[in-house]
Amino acid sequence: MLKVYPFFLEAAWLTVLLSILTALLGLTCGALGAAARLSRFALLRFLGAAYVSVIRGTPALIQLFILYFGGPQIGIQLDAFEAGVIGLGVNAGAYMTETIRGAIISIDKGQREASRTLGLSQWQMMYKVVLPQSARLMVRPLGVNINALIKATALLAAISVVELTYTAQRYIGSTYKPFEMFLLAGVLYMIIIYVTGRGIAWLDRKVQIT
Amino acid sequence: MTDQTNFVEIRHAQKSFGTLEVLKDISLSVERGQIVGIIGSSGSGKSTLLRAINDLDPLTGGEVWLDGVQVNQALSHRQYEKHINQMRQQVGMVFQHFNLFPHMTARENVTMAPKMLKGLSQAEADKLAEEQLDKVGMLERIDYYPSQLSGGQKQRVAIARALAMKPKLMLFDEATSALDPELVEEVNHVMRKLAEEHMTMIIVTHEMDFAASVCDRVLFMDQGVVVEEGPPSLLFTNPTQTRTREFLRKHLEGAK
Repeated sequence: MLKVYPFFLEAAWLTVLLSILTALLGLTCGALGAAARLSRFALLRFLGAAYVSVIRGTPALIQLFILYFGGPQIGIQLDAFEAGVIGLGVNAGAYMTETIRGAIISIDKGQREASRTLGLSQWQMMYKVVLPQSARLMVRPLGVNINALIKATALLAAISVVELTYTAQRYIGSTYKPFEMFLLAGVLYMIIIYVTGRGIAWLDRKVQIT
Repeated sequence: MTDQTNFVEIRHAQKSFGTLEVLKDISLSVERGQIVGIIGSSGSGKSTLLRAINDLDPLTGGEVWLDGVQVNQALSHRQYEKHINQMRQQVGMVFQHFNLFPHMTARENVTMAPKMLKGLSQAEADKLAEEQLDKVGMLERIDYYPSQLSGGQKQRVAIARALAMKPKLMLFDEATSALDPELVEEVNHVMRKLAEEHMTMIIVTHEMDFAASVCDRVLFMDQGVVVEEGPPSLLFTNPTQTRTREFLRKHLEGAK
């Protein structure tokens, strides 16, 4: 039993790394998606809405399978790690699009009016007035998105990324102890989630208006 | 550049929301230094008219001119943005609900736009903030956040914020309507001071006494038209139109 710990720890680090990369890609996609959904161009608004509804309307596992197994058929060659980060990142981005958009549109209309009345441009208003206020509203819901995304990395076991869940499955074969193996993986997930949650809560306190 | 002589000129202003016509062919001119009050019941179109002056609520027909330049020009998006930001820098606006920026102190509220749009240095901006906040009696709260201020104090900071852009014209959209009665006077006091300095002002208000004492001219609006206008001494004491009399009578009853 003791022999497996180093492998689990290594896998846990990979899960952390996957989570970080996926979150970064997700935030990028989310910011772009929200910008598209709020654009004054109808085409961009449509593309943003289509992105969100396609991704949220299909299982993440199917999206990963299409990318990893189906990709080579249309000339997209990715290894399991790359496919995992890109697939999950793009997936998380759709949820984050809605989170970011929601935080932006919830800023009182009077704030925009006051900014524009002073002579600020659309961009100056976003940068100085709207985003600093909506950023405060985003932290917690984005934390929820990140929480979901960390757990979604378990799906990558299905495309043979050697992360926590895959590692647990692998050592069941040699140890015949599925209860202990999955329990150990679960505990490690929980530690990662707990630490992340504390980080989000800290950030949330940090950005609140005094 | 044009034949027009008036400082603010509204020509045949028309505004519809779908089939609802809220402004019906309104023309109005305001001279430099004049103070014009607009009264009327809610839904009469008075706020819409005020908000058309800086194109916050664009008209569906007619023209708005400020100091010889048409405000609501039909331009490409890019050109319009440039033009309207230029125009709006010359027009201060004060809102019923203050709309102060909650993440900025009074000082930052006042200096943000001048720093951004006029390239003021921090020292110049600080001087400006002190000047403007002193003028509205808020100097000792210069580093307070809006959440730490009362309604009247917020509104005074909002006026300072508008004045910091050195506007040619000030628009007041029911500036005291959201205030507790005991806080109204401190805001009215600031507006009277501006009147004494001959700032051109257009004031949408529910306060007849204030309009009577400050305005050179008062317009009574109802259902999207200007029913009657004149100096307050005439309009309030001897209105010629039935609708004006009705409105004033109801208002007096309400005040009792």
